[in-house]
Amino acid sequence: MLVWRDVGTLADIPPRGSIRVGTPAGPVAVFRTGADDVFALVDRCPHKGGPLSHGIVHDARVTCPLHNWVIELATGEAVAPDHGCAQVVVVRLEGARVLLAVTE
Amino acid sequence: MNMIAPIRRRLVVIGNGMAGIRTVEEILARAPGRFDITVFGTEPLPNYNRILLSPVLSGEKRFAEIVTHGFDWYAEHGIELIAGEAVAAIDRAAQVVRGASGTVRSYDRLLLATGSLPVMLPLPGRELPGVIGFRSLADVETMQQAAARHRQAVVIGGGLLGLEAAWGLRQQGMAVHVVHLMPHLMERQLDETAGELLAEDLVRRGIAVHLEAQTAALLGEDRVRGVQLADGAVLPADLVVMAAGIRANTQLAAAAGIACGRGVIVDDAMTCSDPAIFAVGECVEHDGACYGLVAPIWEMAKVAADHLTETAETGFTPAVTGTRLKVTGIEMFSAGRFQGGAGTESIVLRDTARGSYRRLVLEGERLAGVLCYGEARDAAWYFDLLRSGQDVSALRDGLIFGPAFADAPAAGVPVLADSAEICGCNGVSKGTILAAITAHGLSTVEAVRAHTKASASCGSCAGAVEGLLREALGERYAAPVGEKPMCKCTALGHDTVRRRIVAEGFRTIPQTMEALGWTTPDGCASCRPALNFYLLCAFPEEYADDPQSRFVNEREHANIQKDGTFSVVPRMWGGVTSAGELRAIADVVDKYAIPTVKVTGGQRIDLLGVPREQLADVWHDLNAAGMVSGHAYGKALRTVKTCVGSEWCRFGTQDSTAMGIALERMTWGSWHPHKVKLAVSGCPRNCAEATIKDFGVVAVDSGWELHVGGNGGIKVRPTDLLCKVETAEQVLEYCAAFLQLYREEARYLERTAPWVERVGIAHVRQSIAEDAEGRTALAARFRHAQALLQRDPWAEEAAKRRASVPA
Ligand code: SRM
Ligand SMILES: Cc1cc2nc3c(=O)[nH]c(=O)nc-3n(C[C@H](O)[C@H](O)[C@H](O)COP(=O)(O)OP(=O)(O)OC[C@H]3O[C@@H](n4cnc5c(N)ncnc54)[C@H](O)[C@@H]3O)c2cc1C
Ligand code: SF4
Ligand code: FES
Repeated sequence: MLVWRDVGTLADIPPRGSIRVGTPAGPVAVFRTGADDVFALVDRCPHKGGPLSHGIVHDARVTCPLHNWVIELATGEAVAPDHGCAQVVVVRLEGARVLLAVTE
Repeated sequence: MNMIAPIRRRLVVIGNGMAGIRTVEEILARAPGRFDITVFGTEPLPNYNRILLSPVLSGEKRFAEIVTHGFDWYAEHGIELIAGEAVAAIDRAAQVVRGASGTVRSYDRLLLATGSLPVMLPLPGRELPGVIGFRSLADVETMQQAAARHRQAVVIGGGLLGLEAAWGLRQQGMAVHVVHLMPHLMERQLDETAGELLAEDLVRRGIAVHLEAQTAALLGEDRVRGVQLADGAVLPADLVVMAAGIRANTQLAAAAGIACGRGVIVDDAMTCSDPAIFAVGECVEHDGACYGLVAPIWEMAKVAADHLTETAETGFTPAVTGTRLKVTGIEMFSAGRFQGGAGTESIVLRDTARGSYRRLVLEGERLAGVLCYGEARDAAWYFDLLRSGQDVSALRDGLIFGPAFADAPAAGVPVLADSAEICGCNGVSKGTILAAITAHGLSTVEAVRAHTKASASCGSCAGAVEGLLREALGERYAAPVGEKPMCKCTALGHDTVRRRIVAEGFRTIPQTMEALGWTTPDGCASCRPALNFYLLCAFPEEYADDPQSRFVNEREHANIQKDGTFSVVPRMWGGVTSAGELRAIADVVDKYAIPTVKVTGGQRIDLLGVPREQLADVWHDLNAAGMVSGHAYGKALRTVKTCVGSEWCRFGTQDSTAMGIALERMTWGSWHPHKVKLAVSGCPRNCAEATIKDFGVVAVDSGWELHVGGNGGIKVRPTDLLCKVETAEQVLEYCAAFLQLYREEARYLERTAPWVERVGIAHVRQSIAEDAEGRTALAARFRHAQALLQRDPWAEEAAKRRASVPA
């Protein structure tokens, strides 16, 4: 069943940073951009599984900490010349609360 | 016509500067064998482009780049250069000059090119050290040395020269005040509106501007310490630059009885009152006027050469000149009667949002003056209309918007006529440049400069020359590789960005990006960590470190591994450990079931495979046993390797282990452009491999050898010897100074080895070993930063993270 899990407030995520949330599908990285948009991806880089939650967030992208692939937060797609896609997790803001779509 | 070769005559040139050498060049071009030439110059240097002292002061150029005629040029042309000796007297009756050190040369023709001197206002205190003019390389060096040691500068005079000095000093990191007597800046080149815009731009760049302010006295005892204004206010100052004007340097000529007024008086042929003597440059007075820009001086050089070689009967007529200010990022141009006046009308365009301003002054059907501030891309077009004096009435409606909007071609005026002057300093037209490009197959700005002299003086037309190359070559034009951009977010290189951070005092990453025109909203993973370091290094007191701009290892204070777990490396001072420490490590390994324990190549122990959730607890336990972070993850001080040294080893000459521990205690926790490794060996057998370290110390009987710039990584590079010192205190001071120099000068992610190769070991030796005051200041800055920032991130993070985890 798909539920909206409350994972905290926007203020709990550092701007241009992320938090890591455990879900039945594995760890999910919830990002906050400089413009205060929120995105979530399964915390696995399409390259060699690097933890995207530890990358540097710039604009609506994150650079993987292991070998510097750049991933679009909105789609999970790697930016050319690299190819691959991280899995997107649906997330929304309700007031200041951050809600993550999780299958339980 | 004379059929036998003329006998070579003797020409003596007094003044090895821009006018003198340009005249020599013109002579060589007309009649290479005519004269045996001797040049006397007060400065112990070859000829250089004085105009570009401003970018040398600001750090944008090095002196070597502005030398126009190296010593070999004189040798090649058989010219005798007596550099470093001023001419003390001219004996006109005997036709002989005498140098200050006694050198005597006779002449058939004498050329005076002694330039001018800064006006030193007769203020109380004007003899104090730290009070100078802005004229020569020596002045620039004095200013740079002052900037390295002192904070406060006052520039007296808000004209072209004064503002270029102010900007240069600001770029060198000084706080700068400009004191100007008139109600607006650069009143000879700008009207009131443009003067105000300029003042705003300077204030934005951190330069304080005091208008209608008169200097009353310079204060201080051992050195200048302040400037007192007539209204009683006192501005703090460790350096005072007088830029209140220049006066022609006529002393020598006047003493020899040559007619002088404000300058050495010349006729249209550049001849003085003595027909064997010519004069050119800023020392000259022609028709009641003196000149302070190079364009008319190049004209003088041609005329003088025509007459000296007797090849043409020309006469000097001063052309209209335009001026630009060489302050990075401030574009301006003015020429003619831009102030308007009786019988003229003005057209004005002002774009407040962009901070730009244009004023055209028309007299009847002709353009009589032009002033552009904020952007000056159409300046060449206007200047051409002005100089040609053509009828502009057909263009009038759109004139102020430039050639594109004025629909110039339709009105019969080309966007930029072939006669349009591109290089104002050297009088080179568009047609000449295009012809040279075609005739010689030129493809770079440098080649055009070599063939035509366009952009060879102040350099501000280099962009226009590039535009012509692009126009002529189209697709075939390959843009030059200037300073490599930092990353895709900006066109600026590391050095420029860094200089501007220091000069303009940005305090945050977003502020820096905005002011420098970053093209992305918040940078990328390349520029953010670099900016974070540059800001931290420049302002250790105020800057708030931004963890989101650090690579994961520095943010987590541990090295991320390929499976997303981390490694933990506690510091082991100088590679020395104890039973207690080893026991604590063993306990941690057992308690947290750490899969791998390894001795590293840096003389300490690595615990690998710790999940992020456990880091805080592991750190906490290690802290409890007295251990701190080894920064094995940072662009920071890593390890200090040592050998056993004189305490145990039969060859040891000094206690290298204790030395290593002292160095590590002083330097741990310091952030750098890249990682930094130290080592201390007790004798030249060098068991600690000190000669492949960033800073390596090798003990010898009589003291310590200091080695720098080594690397044992991807590209092995042995160190260069910095110098030898005697005491342990010296080792510490030299090390602190070296690391600070590296922190302040190297580009982010550049280790000491490539940095030393780039700037040269001579520069490092000069800054550390030879300049004692500079060294002390560098070491003090390092220690100051350490006092503020040397702390164990594990202790802080462990406390934070353990507090936020529910038990
Ligand atoms: C642990 C260690 C290997 C070991 O098991 O001995 C090690 C491990 C790593 N080294 Fe190293 N280096 C280690 C000593 C060295 C040495 C030898 C030394 O320091 O005496 C060198 C050559 C000396 C030198 O630096 O000049 C060395 C040259 C490098 C380089 C190449 C640097 C260069 O300028 O060419 C890199 C790559 C880099 O830094 O960009 C590197 C990078 C790395 C990284 C950080 C790779 C990475 O990004 O993940 C490795 C991290 C492993 C980890 O998680 O701990 N490591 N590395 C050593 C830790 C020393 C310590 O106590 O802190
Ligand atoms: C910082 C700065 C920026 C400038 N910017 C510009 C600009 O943007 N555009 C522009 O057109 N102009 C600019 N100028 C002005 C330009 O540099 C001068 O107009 C030009 O250098 C004058 O040439 P000169 O040969 O007459 O004098 P100098 O170049 O000063 O040469 C005179 C030389 O004679 C030597 N000398 C003097 N007396 C003796 C003696 N008794 N015996 C032997 N040698 C002697 C001096 O030491 C000096 O080397 C600038 C000047 C300065 C200082
Ligand atoms: S040499 Fe260094 S970087 Fe390479 S695998 Fe070994 S530890 Fe890693
Ligand atoms: S695992 Fe992300 S770039 Fe290699």
